[in-house]
Order: sequence, then C-alpha cells, then structure tokens
Amino acid sequence: MPTLTLREQPNVPLEAESLSPDVMAGLGLDAIRALPVYLGKRQRRVDEFFEVAGTTGDALEIRGDARKVKWIGRGMTGGRIRVTGNAGMHLGAGMKGGAIEVSGDVGDWLGAEMSGGRIRVGGNAGGQVGAACRGSLVGMSGGTILIGGTAGLEVGMRMKRGIIVVGGRARDFAGLEMLGGTILLGSGAELRTGAWISRGTIISLQPIPLLPTFSYACTYNPTFLRLYARHLSTLGVSLPHDERDGAYQRYTGDAAVPGRGEILVWKPRDS
Amino acid sequence: MLRITGGTVHDPANGVLGVVQDVCIADGRIVPKVEGGRSIDATGMVVFPGGVDVHTHVAGAAMNFARGITPENYRRAIRFIQTPDRRAGLGGITPTTFATGYMYAGMGWTTVNEAAVPILSARHTHEEMHDIPILDKSSLVLMANNEIVLDLLEAGEVERARQVVAWLIWAAKAYGVKAVNPGGIVAWKSGKNAGALSEPVEGYRKVTPGRIISGLAGIIDDLKLPHPLHLHCNNLGIPGNVGTTLETMKVLEGRRAHLAHLQFHAYGGDGWGTLRSEATALAEAFNARTNLTADAGAILFGDAMTVTADGPWEHVLHQLSGRKWSNVDVENETGCGIVPYTYKERSLVNAVQWAVGLELLLLIDDPWRIFLTTDHPNGGGFWRYPELIRLLRDADYRRECLKRLPPKALERMVLPDLDRQYSVSEIAIITSAGPARALGLSRKGHLGVGADADLALYEEKPAAGRMFEYPRYVIKAGEIVVEEGEIRAVTQGREFIARPAFDEQIEAYLRPLFEKVYTMSFDNYAVELERLAQPDIHPCRP
Repeated sequence: MPTLTLREQPNVPLEAESLSPDVMAGLGLDAIRALPVYLGKRQRRVDEFFEVAGTTGDALEIRGDARKVKWIGRGMTGGRIRVTGNAGMHLGAGMKGGAIEVSGDVGDWLGAEMSGGRIRVGGNAGGQVGAACRGSLVGMSGGTILIGGTAGLEVGMRMKRGIIVVGGRARDFAGLEMLGGTILLGSGAELRTGAWISRGTIISLQPIPLLPTFSYACTYNPTFLRLYARHLSTLGVSLPHDERDGAYQRYTGDAAVPGRGEILVWKPRDS
Repeated sequence: MLRITGGTVHDPANGVLGVVQDVCIADGRIVPKVEGGRSIDATGMVVFPGGVDVHTHVAGAAMNFARGITPENYRRAIRFIQTPDRRAGLGGITPTTFATGYMYAGMGWTTVNEAAVPILSARHTHEEMHDIPILDKSSLVLMANNEIVLDLLEAGEVERARQVVAWLIWAAKAYGVKAVNPGGIVAWKSGKNAGALSEPVEGYRKVTPGRIISGLAGIIDDLKLPHPLHLHCNNLGIPGNVGTTLETMKVLEGRRAHLAHLQFHAYGGDGWGTLRSEATALAEAFNARTNLTADAGAILFGDAMTVTADGPWEHVLHQLSGRKWSNVDVENETGCGIVPYTYKERSLVNAVQWAVGLELLLLIDDPWRIFLTTDHPNGGGFWRYPELIRLLRDADYRRECLKRLPPKALERMVLPDLDRQYSVSEIAIITSAGPARALGLSRKGHLGVGADADLALYEEKPAAGRMFEYPRYVIKAGEIVVEEGEIRAVTQGREFIARPAFDEQIEAYLRPLFEKVYTMSFDNYAVELERLAQPDIHPCRP
C-alpha cells in the first residue's frame, strides 16, 4: 500500500484528485511521486508535498493534517483510501465505489454527488455532506456516509438515494430539498431540518425543532426500520426499533413544496 | 499561399458538385492559381466551403446569464486548458467565448450569425464576439418589441420608423434585424402574450403582430439590408401553432423574410396530449413561397438550454418542466427568458419535436431555402450538427432511432414514411452555401475566385452518415486553423456589419425620447465603430 505523508501545509488549498486508487493502481512509487496536483493554477508534483513510501497496490494511506488537500478520491470506483489525520473539501466527491476512512475531521462537500461506495469519518464533517453541487438537480444517489462527530449545513441536500449517518449534531438545513434516501441524525440537528423535502426519510434519535410545514401523522415503529437497523448494525451503528424501548413520531412534509417526505423522531418509552 | 490538390470539391454555389480539382489560396482568398507555397494532398477527402451558421446564440447578456445560472453544466463539460497560444475555456451546452470559437472551427464551421441582440446589450455582445476566435461573426438586433418603433407604427409614421430602424442598426453595429414574437414581449410586460396576428398588441390600439411583421419586413427591404427580416414567429412551441406560422407567411407575401427555427412553429393538435407534426402542411406552403428562407431549429435528445427573447414562452416552459427559470426585462426594447431543458426520447412531445425538425429538412424541396441549425443552444448544442447530418444522410439510421421512440409518437409524425437521403452536395448547401446566400455574404459559402478562403476538408468514408464527424483540415482566411482534430492556429475573425442609409436628423427626434425613457444616456448608447476589432461594413446601396 502506498503511503503518502504530508510534508508541509500548502499555503493555498491543493487540488489533488490524483490521490485516488483509480489513478494510482498499477503505478510504481516514482510514477506516483510524479502525479500532478494543482496549487492554485500551477501544476505541481505529488512529491513536492508528500513523502511517498510503501508498496504499490489499490489501497492508499494518507498521513498528516491534510485539511487543505481537496478532492481526494474524486470519482473513485474501487479500492481503499485511509486518511490518518484530517482531509479537505470534496473528499470522495462523485465516488462510485470503494471505501474511504478518515480518522480525523473533513471539510465541506464530503461525498458530494457520490453514487456508490462507503465513507467513514471518525471526527467532524463540514457542510453539504452528500449534497448536490451548486446548480445540480440531484445530490448523492447511492452509497453510505458515516460520520462519528458533527456535520455542517445542508447535510444531504437534494440527495436521492443512499444513507448518511451523523453521530453528533448536524447544523441547519439537514435534508434540504431531499428527493429520497435516508439521513440518520444520532444527536439531532439545529434549525429547518427537512426544508423543501419532496421524499426520503430523516430519522432523529433526539428531539428536534420542526418547521410549521410538517404535520404530525402518528407514533409507531415502521417495519422497514428493522431492516435498516439490521443493515446499520453491520456498520457499527445502532438504530432503536423495538417497541419495548419506545416509538417514532412521524411527521410528513414539507407542505411548502408540497412534498411527501418524512421525519421520524425517536421517543423513548420512559420519557 | 496554399494549394489543395486531389480533393473532391463540393461548391454548389458555382455548380461544382463533387469534382476532383485543385483549390488555390493566396492572401486569404481563393485565386485561380498559385506558384509555390505549401500544398495539402486532399486525395480521398471532400472539400467544402466552411460552414455558415445562419442562426445561433453565442454571445451577449442572455448567453452570459444562461452560463451563470448553470454551473452544473460546466463540471462535466469539455475543458480547454490554456496553452501558450490558446486561451482556457469550457465547452458544454453554453460554451465560453474562446471555447465557442475552438468548437465551431473544430467542426468545420467558420462563420456564425448571432441571432438575438438587444441594442442595449450590443456593446457587451461585440466584446464577447471579439473573444470568439477564428470565426467571422455577424449579429441581428431585436426590433419587434422596441417600443419606440412600435409607437411610430401605431402613429402611422412609417418613414420615421424606417429612419429609426436604420439608426438603431448602425448604433448596434448590427448586420440585420431579428423579430421575436412580435408584440408578445411588449404584452408580457403586462403579464400577457400576443397570439393572434390581427389583434391589437396589449397597450396599443392599432399595432398588431401582423402589422409589426409586415412593417419591419417592408422597412428592411426598403433599406436594402443584405439579410431580410429574421423572424421568430408568434406562438413558438405551442401545440396548434402551425396556423399562426401559415398566416405569418401570408402576411409576408411580396417581402423577403427568413423564418427562424421552423421546427418550433410546425405543431398541430390543441394541447400537449394531442400535439402532432404539421411539417407536411408547413413544408407544402413553404415550398410554394420562394420569398422565404428558413432554418430548421431541429432538436436532438439530451440537454439543451432554452434562451430566447420570448419571455412568455419561457415562463410556460418553466411551468411545464419545473426547471429553473430566469426572466430579464430589457427596458423598452425586449425581454429575455432562460430555462435549462432536457429533451427525452420517452417523452411524446419531445419525440414529435425531434421528428418535426428532420421532417422539415426532408420535406422542403429546395435545400437553398432550408438550413441546418439547432437554434443553438435551444434545440441542442451546435457541436452536435454532425449527428443531425448523419440523420439526414442515412435513412436506415433514422429508422433505427425511430424504434426507440414511444409507439404513440410514431402515429403523430410522417418521418417513418420519408426515404429521402441528403447527398454530399446538398449537405454543403444547407450548411454553407445556402445560409451564406441568405445572409447576403457574397464571399462566404463558395469556392469561386475571390471568395474568402474558408474551407473544411473531410475524409470520405463509406458509411454515409459518419463523414462529417470531424474534419481533417479547417482553413480560415487561408490559414490552416485545425489539423487532425487539433487547433493549429488561433486567428481573429471579422465582424460583418450593415450601414443602412439614414438622415442624421433622426437623432434630434430620438435624443429627447431617450432622456425621458432610457436609463442610459443617449450619447453612451451607440457602439463606436472603433470598438470592433475588424469590422467589415456592408454599405446597403439602393
């Protein structure tokens, strides 16, 4: 596995879409060292910023505080990337397959418009996780994003399919204009969750403020959540679904669209 | 100096239909013979006059607005990376200025006519056209909703209207006049539209769309402009609009006119559910009226960008498609609407539209009067013209494509019954010789001695449709600009402008009107001739 260790922090963000198993597969270390990265409008080489070591293979490890390194794993279709440290904006944007794991924090646009694969972030994520890029009609259309910490604005904006799990609190506009798919908010979210949602499911395990355009439907334990819980447990995420523990309050909306999305808010039995 | 030897020359304007002969070039023009210089062995290639696009939208405020509201299109567009002699740019459905030049030239087209310029944004348009390399350009100004002109028609002051029109053309440094939805955009400013040709336009008592059309067409003929009235008829895109188009043709009797993007004006039915092709009826009427030319405005399935001065139509399209929408008011002159749109094979309406464009090209007998366009970017990007050529050249391929359409759509078109296939020379007519003649560009669209040395060389291929996918060589003003699909030289094209005669005294009439109604001062309104890098003035002598 090639190991890239960041030597120095670039003075402006480094655009590094070549840091992807698709690009590096079959390349020797010297070829990897010579891959292009862009510092502003200047083309540079990977080894001007990274120490390249290890062996070749379809897995890649990046070490260091790469918070200014953008577009890592862009559009990757397979293989693995492990970031020991932080990663910058657009990590895994447009990815179609494979896996990315980050021990630290990541910037905005994590997995934007991805269609497959899995991203797991140990720390916090920025805004627009799995979102549609500005102007696009459709965001994430498949795959899984798991965030241990908090997330920024517009999580899952215009997402159509796939699952986003945020362990910590999400900021405003989670699920903005969502078209489908599932967002699981482990610690709730700030304001305007599900604004302009057409379809899709937002699950919150904590009480959250709701827009007036969402209306209460019922309190129940949806059957499909058992299936989801079983799937998520294989990824290390636990989702309550047993009626002995509590039930979900279902809200439908957003009536301003008008949409047929849902927000499920978990209510433990004892409270 | 350059000599092209051994190629099969198609120069229909001079009656040369596929003859192997040499073409000699010196000082940017075609000459009888040259001594020395470079020579290109064109054996096995066809030699065409460079393509001329009679109706396209490549520069100006509306295009810039369209680019601005669709950042998503550029993320998947072709990129032109900066090189020492080539500027950076992005392709896609609304390419940036530099990319527009590279892409047109890369396809073998060397002259384009920007078909819709509000006079208020003429300066901006000229600046952008300056940044479109290689190509020669001309532009048409929007006039059919200009309230100063309409007020004069209302008052019956035709002579003064003629002076104003001439002054406005020269002020905009334009080449001709475009009329878009006559009266409809004026009405749109009150939330209405103009559909019937004989009903007064909202806000007027006497002026009707029919009166605007005949008035402008007459003025343009009287001014001896090289290109006749370029007309976007009323009721574009609306089911059943063929009636309006046929009536418009009657109104134009005795006048020259060019009907733009005819495909969008050839529908029958009384609603979206009953939309059908009326290409047969329209083509029949058109065939009988030799005072008219038209361009196809064909659509191709996939992404497009609808940009038009026809504001009310764009509002309809926004409501139908749910896509994003911009509406722009251009003071007293016109309006503008923009909606990105995707034509889908499985859509009944889109399938019929696709067929209508091809039907018109196949049913109109005289290739000198119908030209190849997609109304770029409205029906599809100009860089998709080779796809359209393939559809015209290959009836079997057309039938293959028809199989993918909804069966119900096939009952509403005549395309499955049409067997006509365009010959190579006919392609040269609809892409170059015809549009050049319609535009009155005497040195374009042919390879006779004295013509501009704009040529495209395509490799002859056995498959009828695929020959025009990309040229082996493109020569612009005698310079090889494209070779083997690569841009070799980036040259600066010329801008054709017309100078109709007018009495300078007309400024005394216009100045107080401007001070009253325009946000811009009269002295800043006209584009100075010095603004144009290489103007080529057509004097319009009576």
